[in-house]
Amino acid sequence: MNMQATIEEEAVSGAAGTKTFPSSDSRKYNYFEPKGRKATHYEDVTVDVQPDPERYLAQNWIISFANGDPTYSKDWTCIKSANWHLFRAIDQEWERNHYQRQSTIVGMIENVIQNGRRSGAPSRFDKQWVGILQDHLGAYKHFEYGIGVALMNAQRRGYTQMINNALLTNSSYKLRMAQDITLYLGEIGLDIPGFDPSAGKKHWLEDEIWQDTRRAIETVMGTNDHLEQYFAINVCLEPLVGELFRNGYIAQLAAAQNDFMTPSVVSAGEADYDRNLANTAELFITLVNDPTYGAENKAILQDWLKTYGGLALSAAHNLEPLWSLPAVKIAQFAGALQAQLERIDTITNAIGLTPLARH
Amino acid sequence: MSLSLTSITQQKGMPIAEATRRIADLGWTPSYVKEAMAFPTDYKISRQPKDPMKQVLRSYFPMQEEKDNRVYGALDAALRGDMFRNVDQRWVEWMKLFLAIIPFPEISAARSMAMLGRLAPGDDLRTGFTMQMVDEFRHSTIQMNLKKWYMENYIDPAGFDITEAAFGKCYATTIGRQFGEAFITGDAITSANIYLQVVAETAFTNTLFVAMPSEAARNGDYALPTVFLSVQSDESRHIGNGHSLLMSILNNPDNHLLLERDIRYAFWQNHAIVDAAIGTIIEYGTRNRDKKKESYAELWHRWIYEDYYRTYMLPLEKYGIKIHHDDVHQAWEDITKNGYVHKVAQFFSAGWWANFWRIDPLDERDFDWFEYKYPGWYNEYGAWWENYRKLSKPGSVPITFADTGYVYPHRCWSNLVPCVIRDQLKVDEVDGQLYTYGSEVDRWTHKEAFSGEYKGRATPAMGRFSGRRQWEELYDGWDVADAIKDMGFVRADGKTLIAQPHLSLEEKDMWTLDHVRGNTIKAPITTLRSLSPEDREKHIAEYRKGSAIRLV
Repeated sequence: MNMQATIEEEAVSGAAGTKTFPSSDSRKYNYFEPKGRKATHYEDVTVDVQPDPERYLAQNWIISFANGDPTYSKDWTCIKSANWHLFRAIDQEWERNHYQRQSTIVGMIENVIQNGRRSGAPSRFDKQWVGILQDHLGAYKHFEYGIGVALMNAQRRGYTQMINNALLTNSSYKLRMAQDITLYLGEIGLDIPGFDPSAGKKHWLEDEIWQDTRRAIETVMGTNDHLEQYFAINVCLEPLVGELFRNGYIAQLAAAQNDFMTPSVVSAGEADYDRNLANTAELFITLVNDPTYGAENKAILQDWLKTYGGLALSAAHNLEPLWSLPAVKIAQFAGALQAQLERIDTITNAIGLTPLARH
Repeated sequence: MSLSLTSITQQKGMPIAEATRRIADLGWTPSYVKEAMAFPTDYKISRQPKDPMKQVLRSYFPMQEEKDNRVYGALDAALRGDMFRNVDQRWVEWMKLFLAIIPFPEISAARSMAMLGRLAPGDDLRTGFTMQMVDEFRHSTIQMNLKKWYMENYIDPAGFDITEAAFGKCYATTIGRQFGEAFITGDAITSANIYLQVVAETAFTNTLFVAMPSEAARNGDYALPTVFLSVQSDESRHIGNGHSLLMSILNNPDNHLLLERDIRYAFWQNHAIVDAAIGTIIEYGTRNRDKKKESYAELWHRWIYEDYYRTYMLPLEKYGIKIHHDDVHQAWEDITKNGYVHKVAQFFSAGWWANFWRIDPLDERDFDWFEYKYPGWYNEYGAWWENYRKLSKPGSVPITFADTGYVYPHRCWSNLVPCVIRDQLKVDEVDGQLYTYGSEVDRWTHKEAFSGEYKGRATPAMGRFSGRRQWEELYDGWDVADAIKDMGFVRADGKTLIAQPHLSLEEKDMWTLDHVRGNTIKAPITTLRSLSPEDREKHIAEYRKGSAIRLV
């Protein structure tokens, strides 16, 4: 290459490093403070996409609701913060890793179902257990769906992109889980004569065992405070109802009923919850440690814990008869509930709240 | 006879229709506590919308992951192929504007699914809304990622590095904020269904996400088409969601008056905003002057007039919806005869110093192409662009303040695009205050549509225009240099502007704060409001006449 060609190419090249001039090396988003030493990829694609009049939105929100509420309002939760922009989701999810993870999960579940069905596993499930899956796992899927729907609504109302995206991915996980269970029951039902896939909804709507669970999630769906919903779901309902059923019931009892498939399907929900719980705890830890509103926030959370923890505990107690139903009883309700009470105590302790009262 | 893998592994499965029916049955009507109604609407929806796509999340997530793999693989390949060595800087500069705007409307679309999910009776379409919610989350973050990728690999990262801060402050991105906020604020059906799904996604994503990527490729940018055609592949799902919900709304004649209002408002405002931004980028952000390629006007005719107006809007008439054909024809005339896109491009270049990207002068090849595609172009705009080229050297008077005959335009209170087709300027009072509008439809939008009553019918859910809607008012009376500094549109040395009226990166050619200091910003609306009624009438009449540009 001769010198002249090099100069010509340099003159037209649009590649980084071709020339030095003011800001030629400014290759990082420079308008937010990373949580750590360097901005993560998640932060780069998330922070400040939802603007804030207190940061860069110079013209303020330019459309309002008829009642005067702006496009996003701090008043959409009773929680307050001196800096809503502090929170970063612990799971660092943006579109790429969200799809990767969700895709891996549905692939795993499909493999379990296909391979299990191919080996004839559903036909070897204990008959009593088949009825439990049909009626009660069938009922439980609506609980997952209710959470997904509540969080789908909540993701419109948070004050920052980081909060709303954490709510969105949580909703996505729960709605997937509800569909996973629905499709799973439909598919094993193809191999089990007399299996009624619609029985679960009837139990969800009418069976006494599920009514307090339904009341709890309907109460969550009945509020418009998105952080109240997030707290109620991940701090109260998930450990005392969701995890109690998924882990304390299905995962512990299924193998003894000749069922290796259902725990695998349901296990994805456990891993999802760990991540969503981490996000939730991080947000509420930030809020109870807020320099201006920390004490006020803590009192509100304590109140929510009383309300939703109480509803969830009542729902948990109502589920107790389920533990008597399997033919082979290798786990007890008391033990399962105790584990979940310890779980919620760990969570509330991490957030800095007084433990849930047991009555 | 050979065996196939499928014949060995095949398993009886659940038909997709049955799977989607069962998933739709996950919902129930709460009986212990009524579900909260967060976002109001004046529409009545009694018929349950159906999900036309019949897809479940089990197949959705792997499909999307595969699409992502292709996108990210292509971005890696573009770097390995040294794409930026050949990319045209004129083009990438405009991406600083486009990519500053678009992630917010995208994530707003995700948020708006919350509003629709609660309104639509039944749960059939909820899965469709769920997928759209996650799709829009995909679009927003994949676009932020693309922008980061440009920032890391393109010669001039300034402007990309301040992107979301710039979005909140810039005089051009204000139209993108109007666009994005309109998806999520006010009546839930007006915003999330009609404005977003029925008009923006069904009509204008074609110019945004199909036509524009083609132009990118012509400028050596293979990344934008890779990302945005992948984004566009999700839009058919959203169009289906929107159409399904629209059909449920149409079912009730009580909704017809509101539908007429909202389709009118949404079509006109989408035209005004999208055509202003994307028309300018496609026509003025390109170096490619192939005379065989379609102009923006030709693209518009194909995508908006033929594909949308004739095959989507017109059939709505058979359901009893009044379609404002005159608006569509006016939009077409504005693009073809009234120079809407050219006048917006002129405005962007008039205020080049307020940008966070560089706009270079047009050259003879550009002139030739414009004249070929838009006969008479040079007579009307040639002098402006000759002046722009002449005044691009630091030390010149910034073109905004030079004696060219150009009158800095009023802004439209409704769509926030400047009132560039001057004979269409409308002025009216709302609640005792004076406002300016780009056209009669914009005046109607503010005064009649965005109101608590429409044609005698109470519309308590309709939104309101708010905030400091006109950027110029923020800096009325400010020195240009101080305004630029306040916006943060200055390079790392604290004096060189991010914006430049050329593409040279030689320091001797680059404008600094000192070069623009001494010029004062004036908000046209403040001036207009301060005039006596007689002077105001005179001013409006003069403005409507327009003015010829003279060579400096």
